Amino acid sequence: MKERMSIVLFSGTVDKLLAASILATGAAAMDMEVDLFLTTWGIEAFRKGAYKTNTRVSRDYEEYGSVMRELMAAKKAPSWWENLQGAKEIGDVHIAACSMTLELFGLTLNDLEPVVDEVTGVATFMERARNSKVTLFI
Amino acid sequence: MLDTQTLPVDKEIDARGSFCPGPLMELIRGMKTLPIGGTLAVLSSDPGSLKDIPAWIAKAGHELLATEPHELYTRFVARKTR
Repeated sequence: MKERMSIVLFSGTVDKLLAASILATGAAAMDMEVDLFLTTWGIEAFRKGAYKTNTRVSRDYEEYGSVMRELMAAKKAPSWWENLQGAKEIGDVHIAACSMTLELFGLTLNDLEPVVDEVTGVATFMERARNSKVTLFI
Repeated sequence: MLDTQTLPVDKEIDARGSFCPGPLMELIRGMKTLPIGGTLAVLSSDPGSLKDIPAWIAKAGHELLATEPHELYTRFVARKTR
């Protein structure tokens, strides 16, 4: 059985999404399965089309947001979305959306990008996470 | 400037200027297109590649034939073994 990394993706800001997507790419490259559990603002980031317009960065670093965007554009650094596509291309990346958040926001799986595989509860995530070598909360 | 490429290869990918994990992704994609026994070179200017690319090649079970340092980049040469 492959080793696994499980990430709770709570954040919806591009700086943290970038970190999560790069970690997912690295794990996929190193032959690990990757579980992403989207909850709260992580769900917002995966709403249909949201990745195209989302420019939010973490509140603590808000003043650097525009600089970060400019640098990434100038140096042609891939976006978190592109990194995630790459991770899925080379490895086994499974993305689940938190049912509680969906209900809270009045959303269904159809409102999210097709890259999201399914809707699960926290217990399903825990069942996967308990067997993971790496677990992260981002 | 050191620009002599020593080991000849079946396929060469220029990933200079590409950001981590870009050069590694290019290597992984390139390896998929090669037959077993084929050789591939990747040029990377990302300092992370110095550790990442050999680590991936070892994990994936391929063979690192050379790590050729140049002034502003490194040329990694690998053989697909499985």
